[in-house]
Amino acid sequence: MDILSNLAFGFGVAFSLQNLAYCFAGVLLGTLIGVLPGVGPLVAIGMLFPLTFTLPPVAALIMLAGIYYGAQYGGSTTSILVNLPGETASAVTCLDGYQMARQGRAGPALAVAAIASFFAGCVGTLLIALAGPPLAEWALLFGAAEYFSLMLMALVASAVLASGDIVKCLCMVVVGLLLGLVGADVNSGTARYTFGVLELFDGIGFTVIVVGLFAVTEVVSNLESKEIREVFTRGISGLMPTKKDIKDSSWATVRGTAIGSLFGVLPGTGPALSSFVTYMVEKKIAKDPSRFGKGAIEGVAAPEAANNAAAQTNFIPMLTLGIPSSAIMALMMGAMIVQGITPGPQVMTQNPDLFWGLIASMWIGNLLLVVLNLPLVGIWVSLLRVPYRWLFPSIIMFCCIGNYSINSSPVDVYLCALVGVLGYVLVKLECEPAPLILGYVLGPLMEEYLRRAMLLSRGDASVFFTRPLSLAFVVGTVLILAVMIAPAVRKKGGVP
Amino acid sequence: MGLLANRDFLAGLVFVLIGVLAVAVARDYPMGTAMRMGSGYFPTVLGGILVLLGAWVMARGLRSREPVKGEWGWKPLAFIALAFVLFGLLMPRLGLVPALAAAILASALGGREFRTKEALVLAAVMSAFTAVVLLVVLKMPYPLVARVLWIS
Repeated sequence: MDILSNLAFGFGVAFSLQNLAYCFAGVLLGTLIGVLPGVGPLVAIGMLFPLTFTLPPVAALIMLAGIYYGAQYGGSTTSILVNLPGETASAVTCLDGYQMARQGRAGPALAVAAIASFFAGCVGTLLIALAGPPLAEWALLFGAAEYFSLMLMALVASAVLASGDIVKCLCMVVVGLLLGLVGADVNSGTARYTFGVLELFDGIGFTVIVVGLFAVTEVVSNLESKEIREVFTRGISGLMPTKKDIKDSSWATVRGTAIGSLFGVLPGTGPALSSFVTYMVEKKIAKDPSRFGKGAIEGVAAPEAANNAAAQTNFIPMLTLGIPSSAIMALMMGAMIVQGITPGPQVMTQNPDLFWGLIASMWIGNLLLVVLNLPLVGIWVSLLRVPYRWLFPSIIMFCCIGNYSINSSPVDVYLCALVGVLGYVLVKLECEPAPLILGYVLGPLMEEYLRRAMLLSRGDASVFFTRPLSLAFVVGTVLILAVMIAPAVRKKGGVP
Repeated sequence: MGLLANRDFLAGLVFVLIGVLAVAVARDYPMGTAMRMGSGYFPTVLGGILVLLGAWVMARGLRSREPVKGEWGWKPLAFIALAFVLFGLLMPRLGLVPALAAAILASALGGREFRTKEALVLAAVMSAFTAVVLLVVLKMPYPLVARVLWIS
């Protein structure tokens, strides 16, 4: 069978000693950083991104993917033990995981989270392998107009589906698009928005934006308020879940995986929304819904499965269409561009080692998470005992050196501070930062596709409506907007 | 409630300002035509959209009057920005270790409580550790402590 031979090829790539080592390093570092409270996968990837610069493309992406699910898993550990999610995706895990920890059942909670994640990861990996090739083939039919409309739809969907105010999210997308345009214009060579700063000719770096927008903002927000932390470190001796735990959680895991896989593909949703939806579903169908929020094991298994499945299927649109469905995929896409690979359907044919190697390494990474993290849980717990007043200066220091190391230029460090200040102000005014990242990555691509489409149609904008696929995406965009905005308008304006 | 505490009014204002800046700067770039877009076309359109959306957010803020939640963390923000600036200034001039230590000390000053001894120990340990990782493990070509300017 085709898929089997492809997967075998992928495992061949992933099992090379070098790639295995990078996968391991990524998972370990990702977990290490993800465990720190208030530091999610985005910041982890943003901070460690420069480390992968010098690696060959396959190894770099394998390591980044490892950091991604390592950090995701680390975040769950933190939610269970400290009731302080490292990122939104594990916020739901807090509800029951933390209650289990308070009842002295932190061990089984962690174990079930790991097993559910692993199961979901396996299914997710398989789905990518199955759905990837046909999707990529379909995407080869896309012209410039289709790509532009598809990106428009992805951006609007990401703004609409992100938690928070839709109009403000759309504004953030546009700010991101503008930030992405900084630097020399590819077509004419005009330096745009560089304000005479030579270092800006290549555009604003990826790490600058992510670290400024997420790490700086997060640290400052944490310092606004008083530190309240309660770490449950007693009773982690028994890791093994009981037979009843496994029985109770197995179907929840399967349902979580299904919901997560579906949501992961949709733009703008990703792990956070899927874990939330799964939790609601579990609560709805439970015989005794009152158990939820008081340490129900399904409440840990289902969201953990969902966010891990979504984390995997997130890769599908990015790897096959070149469209990131979440801020993290935007980052991964940026990493590919830095490595000189244009994300899109041609990746599978031109860089099959990258595509299949990455997929295989995801499975290996998920396995590593289980065998590595359960025994190491003691170390992660001791990390949680480090007071925040030691932690945050160290995080800031790593951010500084991370930014500097990319171009050995202080300008990147100053820019990061500037983005941090702007980001903090915007986040304080309750504007979601994630849509900005998507805009930032897609900005230059969208402009390029828009130009190409308009050039081919001789300046006739109707090309976006006359080509059927493009029309479908435009209609999709309008529908998404209409569905989300209509109720809001009706509620506020009194329009019947 | 003053406008300065109005959450959406302020957010909209920030967006309008960014949009105006984007359009104003893009005036210097060739617009081109819809068929052959110049480098000013896309940014001008985006800036315009941002101004409109931002104005909408502002108007909504005037009506809803949602206040900004919680205190502004200007102090931590200022010290963390200072940490970045100090790092950028010191790194090329004095070398890795002084720059790292300065970044740690400056950001520690922005914390809820500052314990001098602890911060000094933290700066010493973390900068030494990071220097070892960067120079020995990753073999980055940075000067550990640069020679003083006038000698080099």
